[in-house]
Amino acid sequence: MNLLWLQSGGCGGCTLSWLGSEMGPLFATLRDENIDILWHPSLSEASADEAQELLRKCAAGLQSLDILCIEGSLLRGPNGTGRFHLLAGTGIPTVDWVKQLAHRARHVVAVGTCAAFGGITAAGINPTDACGLQYEGEHKGGLLGTDFRDAIGLPVINIAGCPTHPDWVTETLIALARGQLKNEDVDALGRPRFYADHLVHQGCARNEYYEFKASAEHPTEQGCLMEHLGCKGTQAHADCNLRPWNGNGSCLSGGYACIRCTEPGFEEPGHPFASTPKVAGIPIGLPADMPKAWFVALAALSKSATPERVRENARADHVVRAPTVKGKGKS
Amino acid sequence: MTRRIVLGPFNRVEGDLEVSLDIADGVVQSARVNSPLYRGFEQILQGKVPEDALVFVPRICGICSVAQSAAAANALAAAMGLTPPSNGRLAADLTLAAENLADHLTHFYLFFMPDFARIAYRDRPWFAATEARFKAQVGSAADQVLSARSDFMKVLGLLAGKWPHTLSLQPGGSSRPLQASEKIRLYRQLREFRGFCENTLFGDKLEVIAELDSEVALQRWLASHRDSSDFARFLAIAEDLQLHTLGRATDVFMSYGAYANEGEPWLARGVWDAKGLSPLDPGQISEDLSHAWYSEAEAPQSPAQGSTLPEIDKADAYSWCKAPRLAGRVVETGALARQLIAGHPLARDLVDSHGGNVRSRVVGRLLEVARVLIAMEGWAQALRPGEPYCVFGELPDEADSLGLIEAARGSLGHWLSIRRGRIHNYQIIAPTTWNFSPRDAAGNPGALEQALVGTVVNEGDNTMPSVQHIVRSFDPCMVCTVH
Repeated sequence: MNLLWLQSGGCGGCTLSWLGSEMGPLFATLRDENIDILWHPSLSEASADEAQELLRKCAAGLQSLDILCIEGSLLRGPNGTGRFHLLAGTGIPTVDWVKQLAHRARHVVAVGTCAAFGGITAAGINPTDACGLQYEGEHKGGLLGTDFRDAIGLPVINIAGCPTHPDWVTETLIALARGQLKNEDVDALGRPRFYADHLVHQGCARNEYYEFKASAEHPTEQGCLMEHLGCKGTQAHADCNLRPWNGNGSCLSGGYACIRCTEPGFEEPGHPFASTPKVAGIPIGLPADMPKAWFVALAALSKSATPERVRENARADHVVRAPTVKGKGKS
Repeated sequence: MTRRIVLGPFNRVEGDLEVSLDIADGVVQSARVNSPLYRGFEQILQGKVPEDALVFVPRICGICSVAQSAAAANALAAAMGLTPPSNGRLAADLTLAAENLADHLTHFYLFFMPDFARIAYRDRPWFAATEARFKAQVGSAADQVLSARSDFMKVLGLLAGKWPHTLSLQPGGSSRPLQASEKIRLYRQLREFRGFCENTLFGDKLEVIAELDSEVALQRWLASHRDSSDFARFLAIAEDLQLHTLGRATDVFMSYGAYANEGEPWLARGVWDAKGLSPLDPGQISEDLSHAWYSEAEAPQSPAQGSTLPEIDKADAYSWCKAPRLAGRVVETGALARQLIAGHPLARDLVDSHGGNVRSRVVGRLLEVARVLIAMEGWAQALRPGEPYCVFGELPDEADSLGLIEAARGSLGHWLSIRRGRIHNYQIIAPTTWNFSPRDAAGNPGALEQALVGTVVNEGDNTMPSVQHIVRSFDPCMVCTVH
């Protein structure tokens, strides 16, 4: 299988994240899976004319193309011209290149939330009329349209995340290359289910604080970030706390909230990112699949049952009270 | 007979880049640099709650993500009147330094060196070994450096939760209070990376590299270390291809000063030109929009009053990059400038002899790897678990502030203006905005545009390796350049 990677209205961070793969050195992994990088803007020797030649051949169908990876939003502006990004050296809008190449490729992959849904570049007034390959926010459509399907009937595979975890990209590419990614393996937003069927909340190291609604009020504090500091880990589809980042990290272990970066529209939450919107003291965004009445009842009950240890540690930046050692009395 | 050629997509830089050259008799007569991608972050940020900048600005750039966070955190801290506690300052410096060193490594191994494995060099005595070592993706260095880099990135998993796009850098310090055992883990990760640098990159102790104090000392070191390391391999190629004669730009250098230290930055702030060192006055920075696709005011404006309004059909414009100038002058920024202005004797000697060029820029970067990694070990040891990592405050409804920091590629500034509790204006000048700026109203080309003039090229070979070396010697980041 070969792979062509293009970047447009994004930051290149999904590529940089991917290079941090801990599955083994990335190039060796790809070689071992017989995935050949035809061209990648950050990694290939071929530059300028050499690269253009390859793109033209792929677009004309003279070079077979198995996997087309797009990173970054697709910029349709100004006024539908695509001129906010003319692919260097070609004078042709990148959106036009992408449309041509997508119809030649066996599979099309959106790497990152920008390419999937529009993402951060579509925030605010969306100055460049940015969208995703097959979505504009949560609405189907985007650059390639609702009906786009690849050579075997798959939609655009949306590896959403800002950035993407290196393994999400590698495992998706390997599954595609082996012919093991089917329609039933992506969720309702086109995201690979192997990571999108989880919630960021699962495996969060702050779970004990969540259980007792013992909350942090400032960054650095150890308590749960949902009640006050904007955390959406109970709603965000991803396995960030089951599959750690850069060794053993995650947003939550880094001391800051999950901002739901794998979801369409995360860039415009309708409130400041680092504070939780509430009505009558109850967070508006409830955990996935949880009826509000039960959440309120359980929250009230668990708050009243919070152990002193948990309450105190939640507001401290390190453990100030250790769990009791059995048979040795209170710590 | 002058012929114009357009090189693009100019890859192995961060983002997209197009370079146009006017060539006559095998020599570049003039160059125009086009940053072809516009996203509009400065427009997106207007009207947002100021703290939300911490979510948006790192996403300007996937390779300078922490640097963008740091500049925003500094601008917010200035608006709030906050001074981070010692632990917060150390954690922020460690986080930024880790990104900067990882970027230097990525640049050297994945972006810059593969050009010496081009077939155009097949007749050089070092070609076979260089191809085996540095060929893009398949050279023996590629997988080795990816492993070392992934291991080193665990520093950022620990200090910042993840990389890129952390929210751990706060106006008042860091959201991630490292505890005693984590401090040990951090130190071990730094020492492990030192191992890679000493065994593979330098073939010598970091301290020896950091203490090289002149061009003669560098040559003497090379004579006794030939083929011992990737640094030595680069120096040997540089000697053979005379890379110190290639890519000279303005020889006016700028640094905002790096790593907070107590009071004064560890690597000093200033401006360097033929007359030596002088103080930097950020009030003398303005942006000229004459050749960029934006509506412009009558005269170049300070970024504090600057605007970003696309005007796609503007006559004479050829880039989305603005043209920042310091008191009207074109300056070069980056690791070489940082080390030069900080007074490192090797950087001083290299610039005194041959100015900014392909070799001195790369040496400046690798010298910095050695110096900063040594410093990071000290910073990690200086953390005091149990003491605060962050202080908190309130943002005023009205404020004008700036955050000036040094990213891997040079000077990064954020100019923040808050009105009625919201972002009224947010202007960013990134390192490559300085280095890759287009012409200004007076017709002065930007630093790269100047560096390319006079380059001898083989007109039969459109890959033009010398042009590739010059462009990449700046380690451009195009997604920062135009945001």
